[in-house]
Amino acid sequence: MKGRTDWAAHIVLCIGVAAFLLPIWLVFASSTLSAAAVQRGELTFIPRLSGFGVYYRVLTEPSAGTGPAWRMLMVSASMALAIAVGKIVISVLSAYAIAFFRFPFRLTAFWIIFITLMLPVEVRIIPTYMVMSELGIINTFTGLTVPLIASATATLLFRQTFLAVPDELFEAARMDGAGPLRFLWDILLPVSSANIAALFVILFVYGWNQYLWPLLVATNPKLDTVVIGIVKMISTESLTQWNRVMATAVLALAPPIVVVLAMQRWFVKGLTEGEK
Amino acid sequence: MASLVLEDLRKSFGPVAVLHGIDLCLASGEMLVIVGASGCGKSTLLRLVAGLEVPTAGRILLDGRDLAPLDPAARDIAMVFQNYALYPHMSVFDNMAYGLRIRGMPKPEIRARVGEAAAMLGLAELLSRKPRQLSGGQRQRVAMGRAIVRQPKLFLFDEPLSNLDAKLRVQMRAEIKRLQRRMGVTSLYVTHDQVEAMTLGDRLLVLHEGKPVQLATPMEVFERPADTYVGGFIGAPAMNFLPATLLAGGGAVRLAWGEVLPFADGARAGAEGRKLSIGIRPEHVAVVAAGTALQIDLIEPLGSETVVIGRLPDGELLSVKIAGPAPAGEQMHLHLAPEHLHVFDAGSGLRLDPAT
Repeated sequence: MKGRTDWAAHIVLCIGVAAFLLPIWLVFASSTLSAAAVQRGELTFIPRLSGFGVYYRVLTEPSAGTGPAWRMLMVSASMALAIAVGKIVISVLSAYAIAFFRFPFRLTAFWIIFITLMLPVEVRIIPTYMVMSELGIINTFTGLTVPLIASATATLLFRQTFLAVPDELFEAARMDGAGPLRFLWDILLPVSSANIAALFVILFVYGWNQYLWPLLVATNPKLDTVVIGIVKMISTESLTQWNRVMATAVLALAPPIVVVLAMQRWFVKGLTEGEK
Repeated sequence: MASLVLEDLRKSFGPVAVLHGIDLCLASGEMLVIVGASGCGKSTLLRLVAGLEVPTAGRILLDGRDLAPLDPAARDIAMVFQNYALYPHMSVFDNMAYGLRIRGMPKPEIRARVGEAAAMLGLAELLSRKPRQLSGGQRQRVAMGRAIVRQPKLFLFDEPLSNLDAKLRVQMRAEIKRLQRRMGVTSLYVTHDQVEAMTLGDRLLVLHEGKPVQLATPMEVFERPADTYVGGFIGAPAMNFLPATLLAGGGAVRLAWGEVLPFADGARAGAEGRKLSIGIRPEHVAVVAAGTALQIDLIEPLGSETVVIGRLPDGELLSVKIAGPAPAGEQMHLHLAPEHLHVFDAGSGLRLDPAT
């Protein structure tokens, strides 16, 4: 590009940004209105300073139909973290086995993992629920997270990353005396750290946004995630307090944004950069 | 004393046999270069010794100990890889120290060994750099350093110079030779580059399609190639081969266009009319005022020398290396000196020495 501003592109870009940001800003600004005002159908683009107290109230006090938001945010955060970390640990190990070792039925194992791509939680939700129920872990944190952890996508992604690692690196480490786990820890993980970070961001957001499974498996209000909480706040018999709903929605947006911003550099690097 | 001994070493990948029985015996401190075209099994041979592949049959002994039950790390062998295989996230120091750390060596000793190797290789200033901040030649040195600090019984080099540019390659070649001499460590060096093979090796092993063709000193391989493959592989430009038939008595041959060449070193066995292949190196063809005519086809000036490729009276191509600039005209006259002829059997390609 010659350094001249391409106005057409710029305008399209601005429209795109506005299309994404304006609704969120509208929700944020309107959350500071009083419940009655929102009920009358008023919305605003200008936040009222006097109305910011709603965030404090939402965080600390129970709303109609749910507990305080800090609790739900904690549940969501723990669930998203557990899913992201659990998925990464499991898929790194399985991808490592598939990519670097030769054992009987290696390809079979790979294809079985691959096929589960076609069976996301939504498809196998009834049998999964039955298994969880027979194991007696309905309404527990374990029941909430474990079925979401086993992941074919992450395994595939790591397999590709690991296949791009030159065999000589593995062999050099072998001659240096590093065993398989040592190689994984000392060399393979640091070398693929950018990919791991990128995947962490994606998986964290994935876990954070889970709705169907938590709805089904966790009926105990103590295990309400923030996504479930918002729905419960809307569907109470009493009057929906829309300013509270909007404030909770804004709060629910914050953690994924923080994670994305914090890992942005790694994220882009992991997605765009191959080996080297 | 023999340091490394290979006994009838064989390797097959499934039904494909890659190495057909290698027997080898390296003296302590010797540098043996394994040379051959791509796919001749030379890298496989190295990997068998390293323990990265398991041989199909045969034994490998290092200082009298059978290596078969030992892990690569336990074999006391260090290897320099073609693409260096440096750990990209570790500093130069950590790259060299990694193997020693795993072996549980005390820290001061690690520091001493790495420091010594770094000084030897001129890496002392670069110890805190990452591999990506190094030039190709420096990476190459780090890979060498990683092998040196281990102080192994045996060095393996797997085409270590093939990723460097031509000038650096010459420089590193000399450096490797100097280092190997100085440390006196027995070494196996694999390359497809015949100049590297000639300059580095105490002895050469020429491999062709998984079979050892010749094992000798570089000069002997050059002067008395065991067959047409070795003759054509070692030396640049490649040796010329001319079809010929043996004359009665075995003391001379007749070339395709009728010219008769006597043997300078004695008669060859065989009946009259035996098909032979006469090898002569381009630099051994003399240009004379009157002799065999060569129709000039192509001239490749190399500066101090010139390679002329032309057609003989029977239409065969022949290359000639002459000192100085190219000759004028479309024709030149040659003399094929009998003392520089190599005689091979046309069928088997094997060298034919005078019957004694």
